[in-house]
Order: sequence, then structure tokens, then C-alpha cells
Amino acid sequence: MSVTAITPDYVSHTETRDLQKNFHGNMVVYFHWEEHLAFCAALAFPLPPGMPFGALTAEVLPTYYGAHPDMAKVDWTQVIWVIDGEKATPDFSKSLEENGLHHKSLVRFWTPGLHGRAGS
Amino acid sequence: MIDALKSLFGARPAPAEAVQGEKEAPKMTAKKLGLRQRYEHMTRGLDWETTYQKMDDVFPYDSFEGIKIKDWSAWEDPFRLTMDTYWKFQAEKERKLYAVIDSFAQNNGQTNLSDARYANVLKLFLTGVSPLEYQAHRGFAFAGRHLRGAGPRVASQMQSLDELRHLQTQVHTISHYNKFFDGIGEFPHMHDRVWYLSVPKSFFDDARSAGPFEYMIAIGFAFEYLLTNLLFVPFMSGAAYNGDMSTVTFGFSAQSDESRHMTLGIEVIKFLLEQHPDNLPIVQKWVDKWFWRGFRVLGLVAMMMDYMLPKKVMSWKEAWDIYFVEAGGSLFEDLARYGLKIPKYADVATEAAEHISHQNWAIFYQYTHAAAFHTWAPDKEHLDWLSAKYPNTFDKYYRPRWELWAEQEKEGKRFYNNALPQLCQTCQIPMGYTEPGDASTICFRETQFKGDTYHFCSDGCKDIFDGEPEKYVQAWLPVQQIFQGNCGGPTVPDVLAWYNMNVGADNMDYVGSPDEKIWKEWHPDADAARKAV
Repeated sequence: MSVTAITPDYVSHTETRDLQKNFHGNMVVYFHWEEHLAFCAALAFPLPPGMPFGALTAEVLPTYYGAHPDMAKVDWTQVIWVIDGEKATPDFSKSLEENGLHHKSLVRFWTPGLHGRAGS
Repeated sequence: MIDALKSLFGARPAPAEAVQGEKEAPKMTAKKLGLRQRYEHMTRGLDWETTYQKMDDVFPYDSFEGIKIKDWSAWEDPFRLTMDTYWKFQAEKERKLYAVIDSFAQNNGQTNLSDARYANVLKLFLTGVSPLEYQAHRGFAFAGRHLRGAGPRVASQMQSLDELRHLQTQVHTISHYNKFFDGIGEFPHMHDRVWYLSVPKSFFDDARSAGPFEYMIAIGFAFEYLLTNLLFVPFMSGAAYNGDMSTVTFGFSAQSDESRHMTLGIEVIKFLLEQHPDNLPIVQKWVDKWFWRGFRVLGLVAMMMDYMLPKKVMSWKEAWDIYFVEAGGSLFEDLARYGLKIPKYADVATEAAEHISHQNWAIFYQYTHAAAFHTWAPDKEHLDWLSAKYPNTFDKYYRPRWELWAEQEKEGKRFYNNALPQLCQTCQIPMGYTEPGDASTICFRETQFKGDTYHFCSDGCKDIFDGEPEKYVQAWLPVQQIFQGNCGGPTVPDVLAWYNMNVGADNMDYVGSPDEKIWKEWHPDADAARKAV
């Protein structure tokens, strides 16, 4: 253990707060729309691992990113996806889990031709 | 010890200090002691080596951190303040402060502010900073109990009392505003629950759950010495510039305490470094960590200076250059003789001084529905001021953002972020900071620990987690807690109710708020005056 503690059994007194089991069947997934920093940070969602990836592009992302005028213009077939640091081509009909997403995955996406207002 | 008491009581009734109405001088021969002797007697003279219990059992906390102390008596306290003098000084300051607070209230001082927007600075201070004074009170009480040297124990005890007094006087000073403005009355409840207040709260929780030496470096040195001017000066000069004379007076009342705290902070670090060469790497690690953590917390001050003060004092960047780059630079030149280096990532922080105020205010602007103070978009004059103060960055990155939002607001589509943001596992701030050297790309860092992924806003925050992962996996991250169902319910109104937020009054934009309404009642011509400027 790397914590310098006065009690040798420090870890046994601690609780890892964000384990997947604490999220009632969901996992936390983060999404970040690159070149659109009007959204101050990546967005966090508790999602069922079995949810189809296509539900993200059909519903979740258009809803929560809808306040930006660029969202209506997104062509989801052209989007560049990076899941946990790796370039990916998600299968929209398969689940988040089958597309390699796990608890606290980070999904960054670029929308070619749409760069916000000077990146905002 | 008996000798010490004898000399003390023998020395007590010097004529100038005699209590009024005390008619008979004690029969003992009075021998007046010098300040230094008094201090010696009242600190070390009252200390003793325990014999019924082992000293290590009485002071179990001052060895486990690995700090080696050869000689506690080498501690130098340049203030040499004794408890009786301490009470006398503080009582005098309290009398003056409360006289000013009373007259401020009687004269309706709140109507003479520069603008009611200023009250939001006080809300941020009271919910975010004042509870830290209380945490500091408890932290120094702990250090005062657990360090075995009498010098640092007495100094910590006094600082502990100072911090409690600061909380009380801040609450009393700001309570007057609570009669007129929203977002003030629930400050302790909010400090424990509201999402962005977990940032300052977890900062102090981290320090207070460390050992006493780390606490002294974290709060005594890094916060009270290295970074204090960046907290205190902006708030107090901001108050002075904006007509808040009661807060200015609080500032004066705390000033002599603060200089004592700074002295304690610098003495701690010199003492530890002089005592044993093995202390250097431990102290360096703490300095690196607490510099970065303090810098992140001070981002709230940055946005206060650049966005919230109706009359600006100086920009955050200017303050950073004066108080950190210049003053901090010469401090670390001085400490170089002990082998201590300038904190890791100081250069990253200096580069970020061009960005953090804009990034932070943008967070609150888009989450205004969940903030316990009012927000507003900068008007044209304000945007021009920002462009002038940040010539390298503002027009390139941030002005277009505000212009986009202004257009949307004009069209009746005020921009809100209706999802919850990703938070940094260490500083707990929404991950809105950008890559060093590239303000167009968010900085993402992560670590795998025991099969789980942890995300960070910066290398600084990642290093801190990697240094003690078992500590930071326990973080109470507000977003995660909401998802787990621990914050009143699944919807935003549920969570705001759990925060005790008075929706429609405490939160949302200043324009249209009850704060604005009352201000306009006091100043029917305010709009005209604003436009004329």
C-alpha cells in the first residue's frame, strides 16, 4: 500500500465508492464532443451495458448536445470515434458492452466538417 | 514546571497591565520578565517529559509519516506570543470589527455596493471558503495536540483559535447581506452537499486526514504561505473596490493573524528541512502535491476576479504573476539552500493562468441552474477588458464562446448544459481544463487501479492519485453520488431540493433574479447609470 497511514490495516477501513456494483445495473460512460468546448467538459451518463450503441447516436447524444447549433448537422456515419484512447468503428446495432465499453469508459468523438464556433 | 509557574505569577501584576479594581498588589516580589522570557516560560516552561506514559504513546501521530526530528527545541517562533497577550489583541480587534459591522448595518451599507452582482462574491466566499476556516480550526487543533514540540504546539493552538474566529467573524459580517440577498442562509448545509463545493471541501478533507506534518505543509506552508495572497488579497481588495466596507474591516481584523500564520508556515518548512536530510524528499512530495491542489482550488478565486467583481481589481493572470511567479519564485530561491525545488508543474500552472478563469466561469454559466449564486454573461465592456488583459488567449478561444452564447440568449435559447459533467477524481472539478499549450483540446489523463479506471484533469492530479490511490478511490464525487441515488433523487429538482436550494431565487442568472429586483428598488436609475458608463 502506498498510503502512509498510522493504521497498518488502513485499506480495510476504506470504501471504494464508485465500483460498478453501486450503480444499480448501470455503468458510467463519459462522452466528449471534440472541437465543441461550449460544453465545458465530457458528459457523464449512467447507462445499461446492454443498451445498443445506436441509441446513443439516435437519442442520448442529440438530446444532451442539442443546445449546440452544430448537433442538428451531425452525420453519424462520418463520425470519428476514439474509445478509451483507441480509434474505433462501433457497431451501432451491438450493445455498449459488445463495442468494448466498460464502466468509466471515455468516448471521444469528432464530427468532420463541424468545428463549432472557433472550437466552441 | 513549578519554577516556570512561580516566575510567571511573580511577574504578573506589572502596574501597566494591572486589572482595574484590583486594589492590593500581591505580596510576592514582582520581577518583570522580558517578552522572550515570558514566552519561554509560557511555552517550553509549561511542557514536560511524561513518565507515567511513554512519550511515543502520548504523541503517536508525529512519527508515522517518516519525518525525523532530532531537536524540537530548535523551533523558532519569531512572534513569541503568549496566550494572555493573544486574548488581549484579539479582543481589541473584535471590538473594532463589530463596531464597523454595526454601523454598516445601520447605514444600509448594502445599498452602496458597486452593484448587486458583487453579493455573489460573498455567497461564493461564505459557501466555499468560510467552512474551510472551520476545517483549518480543527486541523490546527489536531496538529497542536499531536506535535510534541511545545513551540509548534502553542503556535498551532493559536492558529486554531484564529481560524475559528475567522469563521465566526465572516459569518457575522456576511449575515447582514443575508437579510437582502439569496443564496446565503444555507451555507453549511450547502458546503457539505453542493457539487462544486466538494472541491474546497475535499481539499481540506484530504489535508485533515493526513498526518500532522503533512497537514502543516499542506495548510501552513502551501496554502497559508505560498498561495495565501492569491486568496486573501483578491477578496479583500475586491471588497474595497466594490464598496463592501464590512468585509474590508474583517480583512484588517484577520491581517495580523495571517502574518502570524505565514510565519508559522515558513518556520515549519525550514524546521523540517533543517532537522534531517531524510525529510527533504517527503517534504518535496508534499509541496508538489499541495501546490497543485491549492492551485486548482484557487481557480474559484480566478473566476471571481475576472468575471464576478463588478469593479475589477486586476486580472487573475496579473495576480498570479505578482504573487506566485515573482514572490513564489524568490521564496523558492531562498529555500534552494535546503535542496527544496519549486513545485512540480508550477510552469503548467503559470501557463494555465491564461485560461482557468474563463474555463471556470463557463462551467458555472452553463450549470447556472445548479449553482447557489447568480451568473451572467460578460457584456461588451467586460469582454473588451478580458481581451485587453488576456491578449494571447481571450479573443482566440473564449470570446467566440461568449459571442455564441450571447446570440443564443438573444434568440431566447440561453445555453444550458443539461447533462452532468465528468469530474476529476482528485480535485473533483468538472474536467474542463485543456492540454498545456493547446487550449482547444480537453486534457484527459487516466490510471488503472485494481481493475477500475480513474480519470484526471491534469498530470498534477494524476500524480497525486498515483501517489496514494487507496486514499482517492474513496472520493465522494458528486456526479457519481447522484447516479448512485444518494443525493435526494434522480432528477435535477430532487437534487436541488436535497441541496436546500431555493430554486428560482438562489440559482440561475442575475438578470431576472430577486437580487436584481431589490437592487433596482434601491437604485431605480441603475440601468441608466450602467448604460451611461
